[in-house]
Amino acid sequence: MTPLKERLVQLEVLRYNPDTDTEAHFQRYEVMCQEEWVVLDALNKIKADIDPTLNYRWSCHMAVCGSCGMMINGEPKLSCHAFLRSYEGVIRVEPLAHFPVERDLVTAPDDFMEKLKRVKPYVIPKEKKPISEGEYKQTPAQLMKFRQYSMCINCMLCYAACPQYGLTPHFIGPAALTLAHRYNLDSRDEGRKERQEVVATHEGVWECTFVGACSEVCPAHVDPASALQQMKITSSVDWIVEHLIPGGKS
Amino acid sequence: MRSISTDVVIIGAGGAGLRAAIALAETDPKLRIALVSKVYPMRSHTCAAEGGAAGVIKPDDSFDLHFDDTVGGGDWLSDQDCVEYFIHEAPKELLQLEHWGCPWNREADGSVAVRPFGGMKKKRTWFAADKSGFHILHTLFQTSLQFPSITRHDEFYALDLLVDDGRCQGVTALEMRSGELCQFHAKAVIIAGGGAGRMFPFSTNGAIKTGDGMAMAYRAGAPLKDMEFVQYHPTGLPNTGSLLTEACRGEGGILVNKHGRRYLQDYGMGPETPVGQPQLKTMELGPRDRVSQAYWHELQKGNTVTTQWGECVLLDMRHLGEKKINERLPLVRELAEAYLGVDIVKDAVPIRPVVHYMMGGISTNTKAATPLPGLFAAGECACVSLNGANRLGSNSLVELLVFGRRAALSAIEHVQSAPAPNATALNACAEQTRSRIDELMTRTDGIESMSGLRREMMDTMEKNVGIYRTEEGLQEGVNKIHELRQRYRRVKLTDKSSVFNTDLFQVLELGSMLDCAEAVTVGALARKESRGAHQRLDYVERDDKNFLCHTMVYHQGLDVPRVDYLDVVITKSPPGVRDYSGDHK
Amino acid sequence: MSRRPLIREVPPTSWYFRQPRYLRYMSREITSIFIGAYCVLLVVGLQRLAAGPAAWEGFLAALKSPASIVFQFLCLVAAVYHAATWFNATQKAMPIQIGEDFVPGNLISGAHYAAWAVLSFGVLFLAGVF
Repeated sequence: MTPLKERLVQLEVLRYNPDTDTEAHFQRYEVMCQEEWVVLDALNKIKADIDPTLNYRWSCHMAVCGSCGMMINGEPKLSCHAFLRSYEGVIRVEPLAHFPVERDLVTAPDDFMEKLKRVKPYVIPKEKKPISEGEYKQTPAQLMKFRQYSMCINCMLCYAACPQYGLTPHFIGPAALTLAHRYNLDSRDEGRKERQEVVATHEGVWECTFVGACSEVCPAHVDPASALQQMKITSSVDWIVEHLIPGGKS
Repeated sequence: MRSISTDVVIIGAGGAGLRAAIALAETDPKLRIALVSKVYPMRSHTCAAEGGAAGVIKPDDSFDLHFDDTVGGGDWLSDQDCVEYFIHEAPKELLQLEHWGCPWNREADGSVAVRPFGGMKKKRTWFAADKSGFHILHTLFQTSLQFPSITRHDEFYALDLLVDDGRCQGVTALEMRSGELCQFHAKAVIIAGGGAGRMFPFSTNGAIKTGDGMAMAYRAGAPLKDMEFVQYHPTGLPNTGSLLTEACRGEGGILVNKHGRRYLQDYGMGPETPVGQPQLKTMELGPRDRVSQAYWHELQKGNTVTTQWGECVLLDMRHLGEKKINERLPLVRELAEAYLGVDIVKDAVPIRPVVHYMMGGISTNTKAATPLPGLFAAGECACVSLNGANRLGSNSLVELLVFGRRAALSAIEHVQSAPAPNATALNACAEQTRSRIDELMTRTDGIESMSGLRREMMDTMEKNVGIYRTEEGLQEGVNKIHELRQRYRRVKLTDKSSVFNTDLFQVLELGSMLDCAEAVTVGALARKESRGAHQRLDYVERDDKNFLCHTMVYHQGLDVPRVDYLDVVITKSPPGVRDYSGDHK
Repeated sequence: MSRRPLIREVPPTSWYFRQPRYLRYMSREITSIFIGAYCVLLVVGLQRLAAGPAAWEGFLAALKSPASIVFQFLCLVAAVYHAATWFNATQKAMPIQIGEDFVPGNLISGAHYAAWAVLSFGVLFLAGVF
């Protein structure tokens, strides 16, 4: 049995306390960590042994609850999935970009929560079927059509990566639009037209310039960029049918 | 103090809380619903459940079989009226989720697919790959967004129940982002706050699972039931404790010791079944308590594999092949690869049992009502006595739904007849919370470190209240937890600031965990028998004469809690032998 | 005291230096300037053609100047880069599902490259290169 390797890790963490600070500053911590740890483990050790006043969110430690998103060396990451072995030198930890900072590494996700609601991310059936009639049939192929887009954990890393969202905050953004697409593609759903009122606008997919950063940082391999490009195509087809084909209706 | 008047308050926005909120909103759209949670709903720990949810749906299955599996799996400590209600509601709830868009895996004909699970006689576990809990949670959360009567109070840390005139009529809570103390006045309160697995050092549970809901009800006078029954999941990653779902074995994964022997056959779960052809309710598809206990015996015999993360056994899934693993167990593959560096397609993965679930909780009846009028509870924080002494995998996700909805219906019934809350009396009650928080924030004589106390609690629980227990160890556990509760009064709060003060919340969470831990240890010491997940080396047999009953633990301030008992409801299945050998019929 | 959320502004003119992927994105966007300029060149050429043979000959001569050749080369590089990013995007924008499986992305992009090659070949053929 080989003992676990240890390593002294240096972290530079953005600190901000609205009670006492007018602006943010970086604080340096040195902490002995196991080589196999993630950045979150290092933060937890700092909080337990060095500085109880350091604040951040976390819960599951398995990249599924989406709580612990932060900027690690400038890259949006889940800190529970950012392995120390991938970093050399001082690791810089900041709150998720493009969101207001409440305190330290804790941001305010209100804007995302509001936008999520606006895209109506739930099944809108043509007519409701009683439970007693059993399930809606859905073949594995129909399931696979949207499954990838149902994997979003709402961690908001894509919003922190998207420069378009940073520059034009009215943009509905990658994750919310992708969830709209997920329901649009679901064979049980008939709500695409309702969602188009938000999706096919200049707050919606047309604000996306396809930087593609959202897909690169997504920890759940959702690929929001693909969802948005697909929605641009269907929205364009809608427009063509409505405006260029006589008698056409979107 | 900010005061919010509403009709029903739900504490916790995971599976049970969201299901309750939707049921309230659908049943009576005029009801004002306050959904209070210390995290945003999609962060709730329901998201970490992997394997699936059990409900009778296929023609070869029957309610009777699901009943027998659940009651036997629970070692006859389940209330059978509750099980009866549960099994009939289960498929309806799973279908309801299907209608709301849950991406259940499908058969070729488009009907929902089911997979085998431990302790189940038939394939009846509905699943969405190995992210079933995640999909259930997000489906519920997203569905809840369409109901305007649900007002979410995200990141509000609930503190104390407001009890006046013998009825629960609200709760106090801290808004985490401002530090502002609030009170919610309502005719009914539903607690759906989840379990308390974080009292143990090695657990599949997320950081948020600190038993706040249980402790809140307990402090307000509602008893905690059967808390000594703590489920160890047999297959956790040995370093992070991350769960590798039971579906690993359901799909055909096998457990072997260092000699390559499928050791479960040596513990009443044999004979060995062919590799890759899992047979229901035997070998690797035995119940979690038995499988975890078998690990302990292998450890005593020196048959475990020594790894850099400690003593392990091996979970071998290589024979499933890459295609099936990617289709059915993608998360498991990712987790093992990322955190342990093992590709399950190529290598067996070292695992060991890990604290996973609390069968016990706030005592509720089949209507999800606690003995405290106006207070209802559902989900892991509640003990409706579905799971008895050992929960079967894939029953808990359905329990959230069935009893989340049931709690909502009961709350509506209660709201219709209960008198309006007396604001003056509730304000006075809420002031006690204010004093408690003020005292903590201004405390100058704090000498105990929060993380130090927490470490001692965790070590005590691991050492004394593990898979196998003894009188001596449990007595030590009771004494130590009691001592920690006394010392907790002098805990030091380092951070005194108002905004998102996680030091404060961790101190409060520690208080919750200590309360729950005391109920666990006291209940375990008093139960002088072995049943399900509660195994005593000094009382190795099940004792139906003296202990076919629920442990009821009552909070007594700083004193040792009072223990009482409540009869188990037996309707049609008298206590019998749990047979998980391959010979069972 | 209470909330005072800190807004960390995105620098409006220099944000793309923060990440290599933002620089890649900006370089893709900048190719459109070259493509636009080349379009202007084509329009000027049409105008010269309409103005008579002498004007057209002058235009052709100007095209052969070293500066013009450099410019056209840059436009070609920009157009190829732009086209490549476009074709690479097709697999995201136009996935093809057959049964439960999706056609591999590089097959979709590859088909676009192939079509591009065929079309280019056709144009060159019409232009009398072969």
